[in-house]
Amino acid sequence: MTILVIARHTFKEAVRDRILYLLLFFSALSIVLARVLAVLTVGDRVKVVKDVGLASIGFFGALMAILIGTGLVYKEIEKRTIFTLISKPIRRFEFLLGKYLGLIWTLAVMIAAMTVIYLIVVFLHTFTIEFRMVLAVLFIFLELILITAVAILFSSFSTPILSSLFALSFYLIGHFSWSLETLIKKTPPGTRRTLLRGLYAILPDLENFNIKTEVVQNLPLPAGLWLGAIGYSAVYTAFVLVLAVWIFRRRDFI
Amino acid sequence: MGNVLELRDVKKTYKPGFIPKPKEVLKGVSFSVAEGEIFGYLGPNGAGKTSTIKCVLGLVYPDAGTISLFGRSPLDPRAKDKLGFLPENPYFYEYLTGREFLDFYAQLFRVEKSERAGRIDRLIKTVDLERAAGLPLRKYSRGMLQRIGLAQALINEPTFVILDEPLGGLDPLGRKEIRDIILGLRDAGKTVLFTSHILQDIEMICDHVAIIVKGRILNQGRLSELVSEKILFTEITVSGIAEEDLRAFGDCVSVRDGRALLKVPIEDDVPKVLDLVRERGGRIYSLVPRTQTLEDIFVDTVAKQ
Repeated sequence: MTILVIARHTFKEAVRDRILYLLLFFSALSIVLARVLAVLTVGDRVKVVKDVGLASIGFFGALMAILIGTGLVYKEIEKRTIFTLISKPIRRFEFLLGKYLGLIWTLAVMIAAMTVIYLIVVFLHTFTIEFRMVLAVLFIFLELILITAVAILFSSFSTPILSSLFALSFYLIGHFSWSLETLIKKTPPGTRRTLLRGLYAILPDLENFNIKTEVVQNLPLPAGLWLGAIGYSAVYTAFVLVLAVWIFRRRDFI
Repeated sequence: MGNVLELRDVKKTYKPGFIPKPKEVLKGVSFSVAEGEIFGYLGPNGAGKTSTIKCVLGLVYPDAGTISLFGRSPLDPRAKDKLGFLPENPYFYEYLTGREFLDFYAQLFRVEKSERAGRIDRLIKTVDLERAAGLPLRKYSRGMLQRIGLAQALINEPTFVILDEPLGGLDPLGRKEIRDIILGLRDAGKTVLFTSHILQDIEMICDHVAIIVKGRILNQGRLSELVSEKILFTEITVSGIAEEDLRAFGDCVSVRDGRALLKVPIEDDVPKVLDLVRERGGRIYSLVPRTQTLEDIFVDTVAKQ
């Protein structure tokens, strides 16, 4: 109940942030421009429209999560509004989870708006709407659930600029860590290989949520892929949130 | 009557910064606030008043000592069900209107929707913000923020209210209004703890006082017990008497426009001064016996430290 009250308030706060609308505008622009890009492309233009559109939703959604998420908790501490909040019958984890859910709620609304624009653009190009495209967006949303948790984690102990840098690094590493797998395969068995395997296990792999290729190329989507992505997002998000709560509970608000 | 709040030997050291430089802010603070009293927590800036309150509210964790709020730990949400708090220099959500702000905080106390509107209306009326209730808080003046802050501190109909420097930065009229509200809270049977470095405010409304200096409570007790009724000296303003003749009874603090301000330390000398004035055909403008004030105790306490 308390978590929902804080989440509703966080949603009201977040939707007043101008950055949100600026990012929404650029994502819409990017989705629309995918059509122009398709015209200039040799080959399957539909695939370009679909692929660039999904990439735009993923990228701008992540930027929204990072830029707003990293400021949410910090602002409460900096502006000292947290003093009156914590003096109410609220546990610190309720505050943090309320903030998190409020931002997830905001992102859900923004992603829904981007998806509508995306579907309209694709429809104007193909005169069809496929459920698989919505599914790809849902996978992107699973990724954003994790990225938002990471942004809140950094926000619970660091300034927005540093938190944004950390969260952005997490996002970039998460999308390139799969290349470690190739490196592991090329490395002879031994200590180096074990170390690389350990590193790969620790680093996030956000490509687990990337089903753009399957959707655009009309490839099959096995159940293992779905369950794997949902499980990965749930476990990683839970771990990050527990860590954030642990850090936040130990803080002094001077 | 029982104690609403009890602190025993509370210690706290802050270690801010990347390379921590420890700063001991509370060095074993102990006091208790009894039900139904107005407790004044007095001290110079940086003495540790706000840090003590932050420990009580669970905003800061003490390094040592115990705190009991309504017989529970300050970290137990049930201890805060009947607690109201107004921070120093309150900052609130600027984009919310006064009414939305109070509604948000009422929800945190799980006040039923059917009851919220009525309670908010009553509080807005109490703090005299009826015309500004629909405006966003960014348009509020400092005095208005203080008043809406007081309203949020009372939104749960608390039995214990903590006010951190509630009169700071207010004009004389604003201070009187807040003072009246605090006295009204006591009349309604509520317990109030408030901090201030303005001695007159504390002296005017408090039953019990604790003085903290550099993280230590140096003096505490009932105000009536701390402040003695004994006359320290008498100030007499007279004219028509030579300064040399007055000096026999005390110090001439100032002489201006033929009027002398005489400070008479011995009470028995006062009638003698009056007799002298009558004999010489002089005139008495004022006669003020000065008893001990909280300011005297405070200055004395700080000086000893």
